[in-house]
Amino acid sequence: MTAYIVRRLLYAIPILIGVNLITFALFFIVNTPDDMARIHLGAKHVTAEAIERWKREHGYDKPLFYNGEAAGVARLTDTLFVQKSLRLFVFDFGQADDGRDIGREIRERMWPSLAIALPTLLTGLAVYISFALLLVFFRATYLDLAGVVLCVVLMSISGLFYVIGGQYLLGKLWNLVPISGYQPGLDAVKFLVLPVLVGVVSGIGESTRFYRTLFLEEMHKDYVRTARAKGLAESVVLFRHVLGNAMIPILTGVVVVIPRLFLGSLIVESFFGIPGLGSYTIDAIAAQDFAIVRAMVFLGSVLYILGLLLTDLSYTLVDPRVRLE
Amino acid sequence: MRAWIVLLTLLLAACGGPLNNPYAPDEAAQNVLFSNFGPDRPKHLDPARSYSENEIVFTGQIYEPPLQYHYLRRPYVLEPLTAAEMPRVRYYDASGRELPSDAPAEAIAYTTYDIRIKPGIRYQPHPCFALDAQGRPRYVPIAPAELERVRRLADFRETGSRELVAADYVYQIKRLANPRLNSPIYGLMSEYIVGLKEYGQRLEAVVKDLPREAYVDLERYPLAGAQVIDRYTYRITIRGKYPQFIYWLAMPFFAPVPPEAERFYSQPGMAERNLTLDWQPVGTGPFYLAENDPNRVMILRRNPHYHDDFYPAEGEPGDAEAGLTRDAGRRLPLLDAAVYTLEKEDIPEWAKFLQGYYDASGITSDTFDQAIRIGPDGRPDLSPEMRARDIRLSTAVRTSIWYVGFNMLDPVVGGTSERARKLRQALSIALDYEEFISIFLNGRGIPAQGPLPPGIFGHREGEAGINPVVYRWQGGRAVRRDLTEARRLLAEAGYPDGREAASGRPLTLFFDTMASGPEAKSRLDWYRKQFAKLGIQLVIRATDYNRFQDKMRKGNAQIFEWGWNADYPDPENFLFLLYGPNRKAGTNGENAANYANPEYDRLFRQMKDMDNGPERQRVIDAMVDILRHDAPWVFAYHPQSYGLRHAWVANVKPNLMANNTLKYRSVEPALRVAYQAHWNRPVWWPLGVMLIVAAAAMVPAVLAYRRRLSATAKDRA
Repeated sequence: MTAYIVRRLLYAIPILIGVNLITFALFFIVNTPDDMARIHLGAKHVTAEAIERWKREHGYDKPLFYNGEAAGVARLTDTLFVQKSLRLFVFDFGQADDGRDIGREIRERMWPSLAIALPTLLTGLAVYISFALLLVFFRATYLDLAGVVLCVVLMSISGLFYVIGGQYLLGKLWNLVPISGYQPGLDAVKFLVLPVLVGVVSGIGESTRFYRTLFLEEMHKDYVRTARAKGLAESVVLFRHVLGNAMIPILTGVVVVIPRLFLGSLIVESFFGIPGLGSYTIDAIAAQDFAIVRAMVFLGSVLYILGLLLTDLSYTLVDPRVRLE
Repeated sequence: MRAWIVLLTLLLAACGGPLNNPYAPDEAAQNVLFSNFGPDRPKHLDPARSYSENEIVFTGQIYEPPLQYHYLRRPYVLEPLTAAEMPRVRYYDASGRELPSDAPAEAIAYTTYDIRIKPGIRYQPHPCFALDAQGRPRYVPIAPAELERVRRLADFRETGSRELVAADYVYQIKRLANPRLNSPIYGLMSEYIVGLKEYGQRLEAVVKDLPREAYVDLERYPLAGAQVIDRYTYRITIRGKYPQFIYWLAMPFFAPVPPEAERFYSQPGMAERNLTLDWQPVGTGPFYLAENDPNRVMILRRNPHYHDDFYPAEGEPGDAEAGLTRDAGRRLPLLDAAVYTLEKEDIPEWAKFLQGYYDASGITSDTFDQAIRIGPDGRPDLSPEMRARDIRLSTAVRTSIWYVGFNMLDPVVGGTSERARKLRQALSIALDYEEFISIFLNGRGIPAQGPLPPGIFGHREGEAGINPVVYRWQGGRAVRRDLTEARRLLAEAGYPDGREAASGRPLTLFFDTMASGPEAKSRLDWYRKQFAKLGIQLVIRATDYNRFQDKMRKGNAQIFEWGWNADYPDPENFLFLLYGPNRKAGTNGENAANYANPEYDRLFRQMKDMDNGPERQRVIDAMVDILRHDAPWVFAYHPQSYGLRHAWVANVKPNLMANNTLKYRSVEPALRVAYQAHWNRPVWWPLGVMLIVAAAAMVPAVLAYRRRLSATAKDRA
């Protein structure tokens, strides 16, 4: 398995270089270093000299990919792409254009994101799987039908509606939780109740239907009939045998997102005032801060690759037939 | 289930006060103002760099330039802040001979400003001032091991302070030229402050080979235009006569920065901790930045070393009746702290204001109808819901203008020909900004009659102030001229019914804008409709900020919309937007319309050096008349700002020029606590109902479950 992991990690390097190259190309097709300078220098009293100074100070005065004025290998290395990209591979993200350290910013902001995402994921999984198993238990009855209709209704509602509705009901009308805000440490709990609740409720429709479909597929398999023939209670058949055998598709969906939980959610964090990473990339694109954009895209790629690797590894835990070589 | 509810209740009760209180339980009872910032966080808090409104909210309270605007008096008037008296201004000719104060501007080669500051002013507590037993800086140099345990500024156990001296002001003026800082006013100031341009070039050579964070000792490099006279006096020398320079002395760009702070922050390891002057300011102002988490909260606390400063006793008529002089003579600041929370969205911000968790709020388009009722006389007033909450309203016309500009280089709408001028005049009449203000601004704006907003010298009210090309005076008010007049002008321009007289082809014009997306669509449709009233087809060319700026710089736009916010309350700051040599195309100036009129330019040069008075008013009137006739802009509107505040907040008077108004604010915490408790009583019964409904829904499920377990195979079949 070690060889497999090493091989997968080595595969990641060209993927990351490719992602970085595409990010770089896309960013600079849309924006020039002059545009970036103007955004950062503001709308008033901006001179051509100030733009040149800004580019020089931030290292954007070099050619993008090929430096004809340099000699030897420096023609390729003394370029914007190489100078701005190489450090990423040792997770040195440098400074944002407003001078703040990107690595520190990510380290500080990932915890609030995780504080929402992890309870939402775990509570959501428990709720969705239980609800789906319940529907499967009552399959082909009015309860199942009512549950599916409820799921479709919940799926049809915009995610933003849950956020605003939750804030209106629990925060404004009933005054039970703060509408938005965040405090570090244990004080965070009262701010997390509402976003976690909203996150779980908004996912009920889609996730429950997905899991119900998985479980229904399993219900028609031979081992279920055998379990019933042995005289096992239906609850035991469902929770021990069906759930166990449905774990591979569940894990495929869940484990892959675990590393990316750090990256947060744009809408939830914006509306609930959570100082997470959710809006970091979007704000950076709006501000044309390439340093942050490339760091976050790189980090997202790394976490995605990590998620896929973890998913593969998790198969070995739930299915003894799977071997990674 | 019951255990969960009990646990949840206990958890929530442990938070103290109303359950939805986003602050610590006892904070509302303190002498603290609660506000918010966002959606964007401040980018720079260094006074040499900061220029945005969301930054000056903080820098204005922390840094103290030598002058400030009087809080209550109108029109806006400058007064000393850290200066002992107003700067002493002297004029000199090219040979260095002093000239009388009424010397003609052409004869003046240099102007000096001698500024004497009050002795005894001290900086906020800061580790950069901490000294060891030998009197050496405690944290410069700092050992890596000691820095290891530092995560934020408060982790430095020892702090110190020192007296403000004139050299700190000179140091900051030198910083404006530091290439590392990219000060937004360096380009402008280097045209005026003697030697600043050369100073910047010299520094560029100095810093070229230094690491980015390395300390550059600016005290080693003298600057001719900024010199220390004695411990408390410094002199700024500028080229020629630039009377508006004095307004810059009321901006944080000219506030003092202690060299110790820059030396302290330039040490290795500081920048990685976000410990920079850009994020952790050091000033002498009434407040210091005690907590700076721009992703969540920024807290200003009272500077314990703040110098003598007292609430003004006099204002303009009506201030005393409005209770604005009740705190006259009280020592400033009146607050102990101000807590600013990041709010990215309007909905939670508004809801928290209504709950009493923010002391003040603006009004968005979405909340306007809830907050404001327009009375029969057309005046805005609070809605019954706001009145029931004892909320107060403040309004003020901003010292800004929005306009639709015509590119004077364009062959169709530009130029000085009669044909193009009449086309522009026709469009000025057709664009109905009364309607625009009503639809898109909820009435929060006044139609502009010229480039100068109310509150700026030169603006005229009433009949004398109307734009006769677009309005006529009728029934004691300005009434927009009829569309028939616009059509007549259009026909005279050679476009009867919006068609080219020669070819019969419909006239098609192009409108460049940065506005895009669903929110802008209705506004852009409105523009199409306005042009269509004259039979003119309007093509909208919406682009992003960069492309738009690029078009403007190259002079490729035809018609565009833009705005300007005053830097200082002088007509020069608006009229220069149409000064010929200041054109955008080619010179990257602020004259976006690329307008050039020799007579206007001559009058501008005359006006900019004059003192306010009848003679200057006469020149301004002549300039404004030229603009109305040539119509390089459609003067659109001056926006109005509406602000709401709770009953417990006092001393609020909109001052659109002053940056340091927080020190005048006061709050009544007991009233706030009472209102918050009253407005935020928890409502539990809906949760009970939901539990009962959930339990009721479980009954058929449980019955079905039991029935299924006891069912036989035959039953199932």
